Amino acid sequence: MTAVAPARRRGRRGRELTPWLFAAPAVVLFVCFLLVPIGYALYLSFRGLRIEGAGAFGRRTEGFVGLENYVTALTDPELLAGFGRSLVYGAIAVPSVLGLALLFALLLDTPRARLTSFSRTAIFLPYAVPGVIASLLWGFLYLPSTSPVSYVARELGGGNVDFFGYPTLYFALANIALWSGVGFNMIIIYTSLRAIPQEIYEAARIDGANEWAIAWRIKIPLVAPALVLTGLFSVIGTVQLYSEPATLRPLTSTISSTWVPLMAIYQEAFGNDNLGGAAAASVLLAVGTLVVSLVILRFFQRRTFGEAS
Amino acid sequence: MSASTATRRPTAPALAGATARRRPRFAPAATIVLLAGAVYCLVPVAWVVVAASKSPRELFTSFSFLPGSGLADNLVDLATYGGGVFWQWGANSLVYAGVGAVASTIVSAMAGYALAKFRFRGSDTLFAAILAGVLVPGIVLAIPQYLLLAQLGLAGTMWSVLLPSIINPFGIFLCRVFAQSAVPTDTLEAARLDGAGEARIFTTIVLPMMAQGLVTVFLLQFVGIWNNFLLPFIMLSDQRLYPITLGLYSFLSKGAGDSDLYPLVIAGSAVSVIPLIAMVLLLQRFWRADLLAGGLKG
Repeated sequence: MTAVAPARRRGRRGRELTPWLFAAPAVVLFVCFLLVPIGYALYLSFRGLRIEGAGAFGRRTEGFVGLENYVTALTDPELLAGFGRSLVYGAIAVPSVLGLALLFALLLDTPRARLTSFSRTAIFLPYAVPGVIASLLWGFLYLPSTSPVSYVARELGGGNVDFFGYPTLYFALANIALWSGVGFNMIIIYTSLRAIPQEIYEAARIDGANEWAIAWRIKIPLVAPALVLTGLFSVIGTVQLYSEPATLRPLTSTISSTWVPLMAIYQEAFGNDNLGGAAAASVLLAVGTLVVSLVILRFFQRRTFGEAS
Repeated sequence: MSASTATRRPTAPALAGATARRRPRFAPAATIVLLAGAVYCLVPVAWVVVAASKSPRELFTSFSFLPGSGLADNLVDLATYGGGVFWQWGANSLVYAGVGAVASTIVSAMAGYALAKFRFRGSDTLFAAILAGVLVPGIVLAIPQYLLLAQLGLAGTMWSVLLPSIINPFGIFLCRVFAQSAVPTDTLEAARLDGAGEARIFTTIVLPMMAQGLVTVFLLQFVGIWNNFLLPFIMLSDQRLYPITLGLYSFLSKGAGDSDLYPLVIAGSAVSVIPLIAMVLLLQRFWRADLLAGGLKG
């Protein structure tokens, strides 16, 4: 501080160092809670119990087992069935969440709708309700002894409505996702709609376009990037499906302890004490998510942004 | 649903359309669809509030939306269950979500600012890693995180839920976008010329400029942590450390063999949903979805 030269030198080195100091807490946490767990999961996924020696005297030792865990995971019928179930669930939940979110956003944006701020707030409200509690609420609305639907059906002389059977269960779960997610996605899309300059609509109206055509030809293409990203987050959410089926499980025997991949992984790790197998399945799930995300981004980036450039 | 619009439009001259837009006619179809959506979203909330007032017997016999007579009993049962553990859960949730989201917002703001406003070696790699982190579902990491924290002796403590909640790649990404758009480089240069230290520049100039975006990051992370289930489910074994989601889940699991606990689950859900909804209604005006949408576009 007394001499000019050291201060300047310190300043230059400080310039290099400053951004790293700002980023340091994030970098440390990123390494500790993302990179190291990923590395550790990879390490564990190649390890497992081996029986050394023959017959009843074989010693069980933990060691390197190569790709064995991956082979086991990829050929495990329960895990594959879990992937299949989350695929069916996602095929119902993702389009309905995004479709309804887009519809509500477009309707909020039409100048003719009334009571929009009430509807907007009400539809957004479930965002504040945790997945577990949302599942509890809907679970009781599904459960024959407390369900209003079943009550009405009984009063009308019918039987209980079975929400927990196949294929209704998929719709029952997708409905929880729809209820929780539609408002948040609606707000994102609606906000993108509000950012579109009004002059474009005026020009289209002068050219004789009706509201339908404006929505279809102008609004939807212009909010496509928001749709792609909300879609991406919905797909990632589908892979992470856990708390909804886990919460409904005490209410029905249809949902097994390995119903979706994450439940199977949890069961493998803590129920069966097979950390290697659970780690291999986790790695597969994470890699799968990453690949699907990148494919979605690539595919839609070319389609939605490609024309402009 | 726009059939009425389509048939009426040709009768209106093109220029009159512009005035019609400013004073739009009332379109029942759009309003009705939106109100139907609103009702759909409110029904389960209304149900849980009504059901919380039912005695165990009424719960299974009277019509779902008919209020019962057991509200006071249910609330007393809930408040005294397990020595008042329900309130402990609520307090825990507040600590996890509140402390976690504040810490996460500060960490994200610092990292986002560094990535947006400094060119430094490794910045591209760091940003690519953060982006990849957005796509890796954090929940998939919960089991390896548990194993690592178990080796450090932290599993089962509040830290095991708090620490992994602080790192939020999407928050860092959003903060970078906010810093890029809200903090002019000229202002930073001017402050540096005036001899202000980097820490002071950050706290007195950058943070206030990013404030609106930071509120959004905070709210997203708060709700995210509050809603998280698998992480505390894996990390915690001591019931007194449970957040409210896990606590209610444990009620329900116990209730599987014993439907006497159902009224408690329902009253607990109602009591925990009401403050969350109040919070959303209050904070709605601070919630800047346009920033979020802008961030998503970037």
